[in-house]
Amino acid sequence: MVDFRLDKEYEELRDSVRQFAREQVAPVIADHYEKKTFPYEVIRQMGSMGLFGLPFPEEHGGMGGDYFALCIALEELARVDSSVAITLEAAVSLGAMPIYRFGTEEQRKQWLPRLTSGAALAAFGLTEPGAGSDASGTLTRAVLDESTNEWVINGTKAFITNSGTDITCLVNVMAVTGTNPDGSKELSTIIVPSGTPGFTVAPGYSKVGWCASDTHELSFDDVRVPAANLLGERGRGYAQFLRILDEGRIAIAALSVGLAQGCVDESVTYAKNRTAFGHAISDYQAVKFLIADMDLRAHTARLGYYDAAARMLAGDDFKRYAAIAKLNASNAAMENSRWATQVHGGYGFMNESAVGRFYRDAKILEVGEGTSEVQRMLIARGLGL
Amino acid sequence: MNIVVLVKQVPDSGAERTLSADFSVDRASSSNVINEMDEYAIEEALKIKEAHGGEVTVLTVGPAGATDSIRKALSMGPDKAVHVQDDALHGSCAVATSKVLAAALRTLSPDLILSGAESTDGRVQVVPHMLAELLGVAALTGARKLTVDGSQLTVERQTDEGYEVVTAATPAIVSVWDTINEPRYPSFKGIMAAKKKPVQALTLGDLGISGDEVGFAGATSQVLEFNKRPARTGGAKVVDEGNGGEQLVSYLASEKFV
Repeated sequence: MVDFRLDKEYEELRDSVRQFAREQVAPVIADHYEKKTFPYEVIRQMGSMGLFGLPFPEEHGGMGGDYFALCIALEELARVDSSVAITLEAAVSLGAMPIYRFGTEEQRKQWLPRLTSGAALAAFGLTEPGAGSDASGTLTRAVLDESTNEWVINGTKAFITNSGTDITCLVNVMAVTGTNPDGSKELSTIIVPSGTPGFTVAPGYSKVGWCASDTHELSFDDVRVPAANLLGERGRGYAQFLRILDEGRIAIAALSVGLAQGCVDESVTYAKNRTAFGHAISDYQAVKFLIADMDLRAHTARLGYYDAAARMLAGDDFKRYAAIAKLNASNAAMENSRWATQVHGGYGFMNESAVGRFYRDAKILEVGEGTSEVQRMLIARGLGL
Repeated sequence: MNIVVLVKQVPDSGAERTLSADFSVDRASSSNVINEMDEYAIEEALKIKEAHGGEVTVLTVGPAGATDSIRKALSMGPDKAVHVQDDALHGSCAVATSKVLAAALRTLSPDLILSGAESTDGRVQVVPHMLAELLGVAALTGARKLTVDGSQLTVERQTDEGYEVVTAATPAIVSVWDTINEPRYPSFKGIMAAKKKPVQALTLGDLGISGDEVGFAGATSQVLEFNKRPARTGGAKVVDEGNGGEQLVSYLASEKFV
């Protein structure tokens, strides 16, 4: 018998994060979004309530939870705001997780306590101006200088989340470190601490959405880091990135469900309170049905990510289910934000309204951590096509 | 320092609330939560423990369903809980509730008792004073700040005009307003740890109290009738006939905003 209701402790975590998002994020986020400022105080509070340590064991400063606990937190944050949710997702799933999964004991001891407490943020430098999901297009190169036992890194990374905050401490950089016997590029991941000479963080992008999150282009000009900064084995970069992105898709699905659910929450409240032609607009079937369809999308998308997370935590092959969850949930987010803004009329077109921000934040969900087209490729591949 | 925090489960003040047919609080028709002000008392207790050491115990008098609120309270960080539960308690007034709390507190011998300044269901604000009387300890109520220096407690007591500084030696009871701190949110580690924390169950018999001293039978006050909250009205409109500023200021003054 399958049962999608949450265990009591996950339900309590959901309540705790829900209350936090409503009380601490909702009142301040519109201002950060408008001014494109990073919400340091909110992030500090998220750190003190343990959100950055959710999937990590206590010995590394974590909360002793799992990846599903992270997903629950992401959903509840994104119900109110996606900028803080993506900051958490990138910091944990892309920043700290590679160090936890692939790092040496020294690397874990050096970096994880600060990362799992939220005192510092880490980023994942994969995407380049000419390479995204197709990592074989990576041009950033790292050459081992044997005279000094240092990696010398040159290249450019694009759209890197959390890479330029005052509390960013490192970027996991994917680089070409040689050529495999079959002629393909040998890819490896190297830890580059913030402030290393030659590592330049460009000013933040002007983005359509996620305006209170931190995103930069990074350039590496003869950046030297110790050979010991190699993350995991040399040449394993591609396999590492596949693992991290497969998991990350479930997290992005959870975040998308949060946005889709936030559209339902806001629309229900607004429709009950807004009158037109003598009635609350929630009295009109045309509006009721719009919101019912939103709820349908949010709920079914939630079941999709619950299922993918359960398969992942059970150790099953979850790649296809993560792709299904992400594709479906990002579609739900896009659709719901479209109709939630419609329910809100002119108010929905204002940046200060939550649904206006949801509308702007939804699009990237069809692109980040693998486009919808890449998700379809993965699903088809899972079917043997 | 041995600290006991009084935690009451109440109907969510953000939802529509009503009374049952017997005029007791209807717990079935809305979700039940920790009395908001009690979360500030828990936070204050945890801060004192972090600074001075000791133990924090949550004490609740309430029906079986109150275990959810006890668990939530424990997930914030207290060490253990005591839950006084007895069918005879249904319908208890503030006097009877205070008797039960006092009896339970005697078994715990606290140095400091912390509570919210009021509960959002009853809002009578008398239980801390009644407990102080029954236990023969000092009552420092309505605190917006609490300083602990050895066995000396100093409280800034919030009033409409400002605040008063009052001091007392332990043992004492301090009730707090929501201006005193910012309660922490339960972490996942706290939620998991709360499952393993001891919750001692006590009945009236364990405390040597008979059923007719409490509940409707022993109540010193009785609800005879109640009305729904009146619908929100349009408010007062001030027309400026040259004295608009004065009228505005006198309104703000009457509401104690200035």
